[in-house]
Amino acid sequence: MDARTRGLYVERALWPIGRGDRNFWLAVGGLSALVALGLYAYVYQLQNGLWVTGLNQKVSWGFYIINCVFFIGISYGGAMTGAILRLTNAKWRAPLTRLAEATAVAALLVGAVFPIIDLGRPDRFINVILYAQVGSPIVWDVVAIGTYLVASLVFLYLPLIPDLAIARDLLGSRANVLGKVYGMLSLGWRGTHAQERALARGVGILAVLIIPLAISVHSVLAWLFAVTSRGAWHSTIFAPLFVLAAVLSGVAAVILVIAALRKVYGLQAFITAKHFRYLSYLLIALGMGYLYFMISEYLTEGYVAAEEIAPVLESIFVGQYAPSFWAFAIGGLVLPLFIAGLPGRYPVARACLASILVIAGMWLKRFLIVVPGMAGPIMPWEWGRYSPTWVEIAITVGAAAAIPLMLIVFFRFFPVMSVHELDEIEGVEPAPRLAPAFAGGEE
Amino acid sequence: MPIAFPAAEGHVRAAPGKARQWAMVIDLRKCDGCKECTLACQTEHALPKSFEWIKVFEVKDSQGGKYFMPRPCFQCENAPCLRVCPTGATFRDEEGVVLVDQVDKCIGCRMCMEHPVPQIKGTVGKCMFCVHRTDDGKLPACVEACAMEALYIGDLVEDVATNGNETVRLSTFLKENDAFRYKEDLGTGPRVYYIAGHGQLLDN
Ligand code: SF4
Ligand code: SF4
Repeated sequence: MDARTRGLYVERALWPIGRGDRNFWLAVGGLSALVALGLYAYVYQLQNGLWVTGLNQKVSWGFYIINCVFFIGISYGGAMTGAILRLTNAKWRAPLTRLAEATAVAALLVGAVFPIIDLGRPDRFINVILYAQVGSPIVWDVVAIGTYLVASLVFLYLPLIPDLAIARDLLGSRANVLGKVYGMLSLGWRGTHAQERALARGVGILAVLIIPLAISVHSVLAWLFAVTSRGAWHSTIFAPLFVLAAVLSGVAAVILVIAALRKVYGLQAFITAKHFRYLSYLLIALGMGYLYFMISEYLTEGYVAAEEIAPVLESIFVGQYAPSFWAFAIGGLVLPLFIAGLPGRYPVARACLASILVIAGMWLKRFLIVVPGMAGPIMPWEWGRYSPTWVEIAITVGAAAAIPLMLIVFFRFFPVMSVHELDEIEGVEPAPRLAPAFAGGEE
Repeated sequence: MPIAFPAAEGHVRAAPGKARQWAMVIDLRKCDGCKECTLACQTEHALPKSFEWIKVFEVKDSQGGKYFMPRPCFQCENAPCLRVCPTGATFRDEEGVVLVDQVDKCIGCRMCMEHPVPQIKGTVGKCMFCVHRTDDGKLPACVEACAMEALYIGDLVEDVATNGNETVRLSTFLKENDAFRYKEDLGTGPRVYYIAGHGQLLDN
């Protein structure tokens, strides 16, 4: 481990900070336009009420609830990837954790907004706290998502502290105001042994905590459906199924984020094909697990074919929702396993292709849970219909664009890889003590 | 499309000790599917056409015949929609009617609508057994409107029911006519009873 290599990854990790080339502004501009379109649609909905959506008396949950489950699911995968890699002390994690944890926060912020977008009277949201009824799954949701949001913010922040100190010391000249912010946020980090120990303990505790927290969030989301009297939702496997779906789509999203930023910020030397192969293995294991859970669910329900479930299953397998279902099952679940799993060339491209398919598939699967379950008959003669309007589509597109936008902006101000963790893995002593030259700004 | 929902507004609660327990009986033998009940309800509550707080279904029975089944809110004693409400906007009054506080509390999350409680406008509205009318000693709008006299409003405490023309002893009436409650097996305790008579399956 020589100073040159360290210089290289420090340079790469800090490189995006404060830079705004043409591509950066193009990306920010394009994404902002999409977000603005979504905001416009939401204001329009606020003015006119939920009438402007495709929601109706029979199918009263649609795109917004699907998106809530979908984006929180993605967030969950990011947090889990970060936590598991830390807990198993996987050495290859160092350049990835920051990206995974930032993805988790960005996706969560978007996902958590959707239940509010879905409200008929968002101005009264405070009632959930003022008049909270502990027996309501919505209250469970607010508590679980709130706790998880705080935890994942801390989970992103803690490992960032030493990096902020590094940035503070290195970027003194390049970023004046920013330097002060770094100084404040780094909480006087000097890399002393006591500080190192405290940080390691904090991150360790959070890595352990974040897993049950994330599981609770997705279980509660599942129970939002499973505790109702709707036959197609009233299933014991729903919570674990939702949790697995979340990690699966989340790992796929992490793969995409890593691939994209690796290219844009030139991190190829640190994030290599090996990383993508490992992440692909994770994706395959989760995908197979999901397939198993899903077969278990559909087989037990379909075999008995109770009066209230049979028509819903029929609509999914052979009826009006069959195209979505088979597109998901074949294209979004089975095919990606082969694409990512078969040995051969282009591991990065294949991991990305598989991830895109998995993410699209998991969105479709949430659609197949929410909409047919809603439209299906409560009284045997009563099918509902749902087709989203431009408002729901615009809000969905805007929300999806908000995630890369937040990530790009975030990494313009904060190091894209964890220098501190790279140091640790490469066996470099904490920066200020090894290289006093860097510590110029201190004291 | 602003619409007024007078549902829970202005409902005066019964004095303690005097509470009635409202129930409804629907005689499927008489209903001819004219939907006058739906119309009357929509007029009474200023609802748009797509909002059917009492919805009349045309049902094919297993013998190939058909009959009509009006469905108001069942005002379940163990109402699942009430349990899932995050703000307690959905509640049961002393007279056993499940009401939604649209004025202050309902946030429009529609969690209750996963259970069969229909209708939106920012907040959720539903059949409320016309408590504003029964408070004044009047019949619910749908009961009054039904020319076939198929709908009865009744009181479980006093054990009577009326369709506006004839008054019956509720318990005897239900017993003698083999009344059933829709999806009784869900254990929600509906307060709406049906009298069959067209060969429909009694347990359905
Ligand atoms: S008004 Fe009476 S007869 Fe007409 S549909 Fe309603 S219940 Fe049936
Ligand atoms: S009781 Fe009143 S609110 Fe209920 S269906 Fe009849 S008219 Fe409508």
